[in-house]
Amino acid sequence: MNFTTMLEYLPQMLDGAWLSLQITGLSLFLGFLLAIPVSLMRLSHLAALRLPAQLYMFYFRGTPLLVQLFLIYYGSGQFRHELEQIGLWAFFRDAWFCAVFALTLNACAYTAEIFRGAILAVPKSDIQAGKAFGMSGLLLFRRIIFPKALRIALPSYGNEVIFLLQASSLVSIITLMDLTGVASRLVAKTFAVYEIYILTAAIYIAITYMLVVIFKLFERILNKHLRTDS
Amino acid sequence: MKTTINAVLLITGLFIFSVSAAEMKTLRLGTEGAYAPFNSVNKEGELVGFDIEIGKALCTEMKVKCEWVTSDWDGLIPALLAKKFDAIVASMSITEERKQKIAFTSKYYTTPGRFVRMKGDAVEASKESLKGKVIGVQGGTISENFVRGEFGEVVDIKVYGTQDEANLDFMAGRVDVIFADSVVLVDFLKSKSGQQAELFGPSFTEAKYFGEGIGIGLRKNDQALLEAFNQAIDAIRANGTYQKINAKYFDFDLFGE
Repeated sequence: MNFTTMLEYLPQMLDGAWLSLQITGLSLFLGFLLAIPVSLMRLSHLAALRLPAQLYMFYFRGTPLLVQLFLIYYGSGQFRHELEQIGLWAFFRDAWFCAVFALTLNACAYTAEIFRGAILAVPKSDIQAGKAFGMSGLLLFRRIIFPKALRIALPSYGNEVIFLLQASSLVSIITLMDLTGVASRLVAKTFAVYEIYILTAAIYIAITYMLVVIFKLFERILNKHLRTDS
Repeated sequence: MKTTINAVLLITGLFIFSVSAAEMKTLRLGTEGAYAPFNSVNKEGELVGFDIEIGKALCTEMKVKCEWVTSDWDGLIPALLAKKFDAIVASMSITEERKQKIAFTSKYYTTPGRFVRMKGDAVEASKESLKGKVIGVQGGTISENFVRGEFGEVVDIKVYGTQDEANLDFMAGRVDVIFADSVVLVDFLKSKSGQQAELFGPSFTEAKYFGEGIGIGLRKNDQALLEAFNQAIDAIRANGTYQKINAKYFDFDLFGE
């Protein structure tokens, strides 16, 4: 084990970690926003709304993220002329965009499934109480169902966040120099496999630990009214 | 803690040793399988190419049974050191950097590196002309080292896991030019999609980047195997087997002077 090797490459690896965080954070944010309407479509009684959501979630949860990345990145390359005609090639040309696009769609599918379960788990009595106050439709959803569902969803959503951080390591195969990309480049250059991958693992663990702490905090804030010790 | 780790390492080591001792006569050759026409996987899922045939000829010459193991390019040297296989026959250039970790046989071929551009593109192989261009290379190769060393400050380098992926992105227009081993490029240019592209600029062979040719990579302590390989390379050069394989793939002499 050579600690000077580790220190020497730490700045480059932190640059990579920053890219990993950017891509993960942005995909999670967009995925979260999209997941709200998608989960509602999935729960709709209208087949025209339900079926597309169901199909989309089934596809993205049923195929490996690696395949999705390859399809979006190298697949879009095959349709360059068509994409150029509708002005989208400028986006798909960029590996960063393709990565965020793929991870967003993937995260959204899983998050929508988490939301669906959480919305179904909102107690009937809460909804009835809301209705008794004269709430309905969007107001009922905004004031009663959504806040309650968010609390129920939080632990599984925290899991999804951590999962997506690890999954973001796959973007290195479409030429992005994220933490894993930087690490494998350095290994190819120096062959210092142990030093570099141990450092990589340590950085991922540090980020994951931060995420766990943040979600603990969220849970405390959202469930404040349930605590008996204060 | 340290003792536990040592004990685990010792046990794993003993296990690997006993396995390799039992199968002494079977030599495991590691290759990448994504570097046509040297080593690639055909439609039937078999390994084919120049490296593969040379490897087989050398095994016949050494009178040992060989089996092939494929690994990612980046994983070849670590896997050799971890004794997943005994030799790397994967068109690996002999460089100073690699020699610090592994041993090499004498070269079994040598080829220069070349640039490729789209037909109709007027870009030249100079710093001025390449300024701001995106160059695609396979990561961890001498091509990457060369491009970084000679053009690193003026170009944007995109690194791919395999040459196939670099070619795909070149065809898709995500990279402006690619730089790779000339022989690999000749094969790409012959392919249907490669028809729109062409070689440009000189043949680069600086020993600083391109080393002393392509050799077979071995663990440093396998001295006997190294000598056996060197003798076998000389033997197939002398008895015409090499030339036959050469002629099957290329219409020029691959060995160099």
